[in-house]
Amino acid sequence: MLDEPWTLSPSVALRPEPFGALAYHFGTRKLSFLKRPELVAVVRGLGDAPDVRAALVAAGVPDAQHDAYAAALEGLAATDMIRPRTEVLA
Amino acid sequence: MTLAPERPLTVTPARPERPVGGTLVDQFELGLDAPICLTWELTYACNLECAHCLSSSGRRDPDELTTEQCEAVIDELQRMQVFYVNIGGGEPTIRPDFWHLLEYAVAHDVGVKFSTNGVRITPERARFLASTDYVDVQISLDGATAEVNDYVRGPGSYDTAITALQNLQDAGFVDAKISVVCTRENIGQLDEFKALADSFGATLRLTRMRPSGRGADVWDELHPLPHQQRELYDWLVAHGENVLTGDSFFHLAAFGEPLPGLNLCGAGRVVCLIDPVGDVYACPFAIHDQFHAGNLLRDGGFDNVWKTSPLFTELRSPQTGGACTKCSHFDACRGGCMAAKFFTGLPLDGPDPECVKGYGETALAGERTIPAQSQDHSKSNPTRNQPVMLQLLTRRPDGSSDGSGAPVSACAESPLAGFSPTDPTGDPLAAASPSGGCGCSAGGAH
Repeated sequence: MLDEPWTLSPSVALRPEPFGALAYHFGTRKLSFLKRPELVAVVRGLGDAPDVRAALVAAGVPDAQHDAYAAALEGLAATDMIRPRTEVLA
Repeated sequence: MTLAPERPLTVTPARPERPVGGTLVDQFELGLDAPICLTWELTYACNLECAHCLSSSGRRDPDELTTEQCEAVIDELQRMQVFYVNIGGGEPTIRPDFWHLLEYAVAHDVGVKFSTNGVRITPERARFLASTDYVDVQISLDGATAEVNDYVRGPGSYDTAITALQNLQDAGFVDAKISVVCTRENIGQLDEFKALADSFGATLRLTRMRPSGRGADVWDELHPLPHQQRELYDWLVAHGENVLTGDSFFHLAAFGEPLPGLNLCGAGRVVCLIDPVGDVYACPFAIHDQFHAGNLLRDGGFDNVWKTSPLFTELRSPQTGGACTKCSHFDACRGGCMAAKFFTGLPLDGPDPECVKGYGETALAGERTIPAQSQDHSKSNPTRNQPVMLQLLTRRPDGSSDGSGAPVSACAESPLAGFSPTDPTGDPLAAASPSGGCGCSAGGAH
């Protein structure tokens, strides 16, 4: 996952909360909770980053924690909160 | 005048220090910037007169929010990113603007789950509902047979609910909910309820009976007996995530393993209630002055009430004292339900009246004063929809208890109803769709 381009799903809204954010999927009506502000920054930055690793670096997540964050992102992917980005090549 | 027990006052900082990470329960106890589960009762009017109605509904209140005021509330919910609302009553569908408000909410990114006794779910409305996205329907049913249901909900109410479920199924509506308040009369019907829900392609939702509203009058007679609590707990453990509970049975967690959900009282933290006149209460089961946080018309809007009400600030502070915190099961049941304690006249920092360790029974046997209701929209005269048991129990204003001689006025035919997110511990970074805390999607007349 770390070397792939991902993005927030178009049907998902993020609501800021003191602990991080609440993610709501309008399609599946599922709620997820992002329990750290850093994870929120990563998720928000996915769409603009060339790959997941770049989004983690941009959000200031230390290299040693990349695998833990990737696991959390896999969890979010399982409920379509985030999805792989399919690049359209010109 | 009856004196209500005081809420224990605690002195706390305006915003307790919030830990980073931790469990969702830890976070939820400190409150959120907006509720996850908001119940909004649109009217106190109801065509039924359920014996255990937690909002004492029956008659419309002349000060109920207008269509424009309701639209403004929806606009504010959209700004606050409250992604869905549980609409109840009274019977919400008898408000003439109900269907308009439903469409208005969905168009403004506020999904709707509404609770109804089914009276207005005609084949045509069922087709409309099947054609909409983002709308959930919950039909209230408190007995798997007409005999058991109509005893508390009134004659004909079982048939009304079944017809509504049939209309929804015929229209292709997917996954309606059947919402059941668990009572002494229906605990033995849990398998029948499940079979009934399965036959309609519906999901069963079980909630706890609270001594709120008119429920206070019949709680002694209807609340499940101790051995039935165990039966219910075992049934819930066996059926797990396939049955919804609105997280309302967390007081049973002291039996052993916790039930699915957060096992948390969400009142004023992740849950609250807006009543038909715009009053904001800590939870749907606590319509009483003691749990009144403010009014969205008079106190600067819902957002302001949610964020600044002294009551909610207090509810978001940790409970540090009281008999329950010394109990070895406190971490499991968290002292139980605030509303159940309050309306049975028990101290809020003591045991739940249905404490599975038996401390509730001891407390109930002691000195206590049941608080007077602070609002009552019950019909003043009995109608043909009145449950039979109510005729035995109704307290008439003139002091007589015989409901037989009162004439039924022509206009007594009137306009009600009732109304769920899951990873309590899990991943330190993210948690998938947790249950929203007790009170979530409670709604209406249970």
